Amino acid sequence: MTKDDIKQVVLDIIADIAPDEDLTTVKPEVRLRDQLSLDSMDFLDIVMELRKKHGIEVPEADYVQLASLDSCANYLLPKFEAKGK
Amino acid sequence: MASGHLMEGRQMSSKPRIVITGLGLTAPNGNSLGEFRANLLAGKARIAVIDVRHMGKHPAGVCDFDTTKWQKRKELRIGTRVGSISIFCSREALGDSGLDWDKVDKSRVGVYLGITEHGNVETENEIHNISQFGNDTKYWTHHHNPRTVANNPAGEVTMNMGITGPHYTIGAACAAGNAGLIQAAQMLQLGEVDIAFAGGVSESIHTFGIFAGFKNQGALGAHEDPTKASRPFDKNRNGIVISEGGAIYVLERLDDALARGARIIAEIAGWCINSDATDAVLPNPERQTECVHMALKRAGMKPQDIHIVSTHATATALGDIQECTALRNVFTDCPDTRINNTKSFIGHCMGAAGALELAGNLPSFEDNWVHPTINIDELDPECAMPGLVINHPIKVARVDTILNNSFGMLGINSALIVKKYGVA
Repeated sequence: MTKDDIKQVVLDIIADIAPDEDLTTVKPEVRLRDQLSLDSMDFLDIVMELRKKHGIEVPEADYVQLASLDSCANYLLPKFEAKGK
Repeated sequence: MASGHLMEGRQMSSKPRIVITGLGLTAPNGNSLGEFRANLLAGKARIAVIDVRHMGKHPAGVCDFDTTKWQKRKELRIGTRVGSISIFCSREALGDSGLDWDKVDKSRVGVYLGITEHGNVETENEIHNISQFGNDTKYWTHHHNPRTVANNPAGEVTMNMGITGPHYTIGAACAAGNAGLIQAAQMLQLGEVDIAFAGGVSESIHTFGIFAGFKNQGALGAHEDPTKASRPFDKNRNGIVISEGGAIYVLERLDDALARGARIIAEIAGWCINSDATDAVLPNPERQTECVHMALKRAGMKPQDIHIVSTHATATALGDIQECTALRNVFTDCPDTRINNTKSFIGHCMGAAGALELAGNLPSFEDNWVHPTINIDELDPECAMPGLVINHPIKVARVDTILNNSFGMLGINSALIVKKYGVA
């Protein structure tokens, strides 16, 4: 799995939890909350969907790592690799 | 005791008059009053067969309103089904009321919604959800608590509409639709708010527990034709058809409504809520009789003044007989009183039932038609009542008043009387 794959995983999750948002223009280096209407409960949804769909755990102390698509990819890549994905 | 009763009668007449100036609804057979009413007069029931979790197929009343008319898809994902029903009905009621919403002081608006129960749907869903993950509670959604707090449906309305006045639900079993309206009328009379969105709502078809509870109580309706499954007063009735729905009204003080030139749909004339204090599930006709008598007293009316009685009857073997007993106690020698039932068309909409059943009768003030109770192939002699409108609507000389009965478990009884505006 590549970083681009992981960004798509996160975007797919966001598409479900924020279905009214246009995700075609999301900038990977910009904080998600600065370009999408997402609140803290939505980020908890991202954490939950990573857990349910991919078996990935994100400890509360690491939530900040999910700020942007780029930071998501950097943080989640080793976790996906550890899962053999 | 007697002087207390008289005092209550005087107090009612000295308080501000409350009127209905808007209405929004969704019923299994209609998403507007016009559609709903047309189907009631045409004798058209609409009951589906749904797959109930753990229980297989059962008849149920399902609403098909446009959920995205007033909500974003994200709101729908986060919220509850009953929240969505509440928002749809409130928004439609607002449109019907003619209020200039941008100019309304939202801090003076209240939301009072009757519910039979709340939280069962979301709790069952989450129990099912974590069962897919070895019952590990780390998979339990963080949305559970805001979805299951008892004020959820009313709170969702305030968030959608920017209402900053009070909001809460009124838990009153199947008397809840009336209870929501009564609560709103009281708050308007107290001056707590200037505008109220009030009525009843239900999402109960999405919880298997309600179905299982009624089935194991021997009170779940069934028929090979689902549209005939709900048949109050019929000799072969066999129980309740569970339905979802909502009816929410805009209520105002009469003076305020007149000042803004509002169309007045009806006036709230009187009400009563009392308790059986006898049995959790078996209704008590003596207390129901007292409830109706007190509502009449507060409205300053006699039984002969009531033109339509909208019954609560749910098609259970005993419950229907108990209500008929109470009505026969009250409505003796009342040749102008017609009696009907709406659950025969749409099943039992639980928290929404009373509010919806009143709504379907309100157009009678204008057209003088009385919709029937349908699905009576053989009238149960124990349910025979003078004035019962069976299977076909009737045209009458005038309809000025409606008594709306709604009763519920734990022995809660409600009787609400509305009258045509302008009638003495």
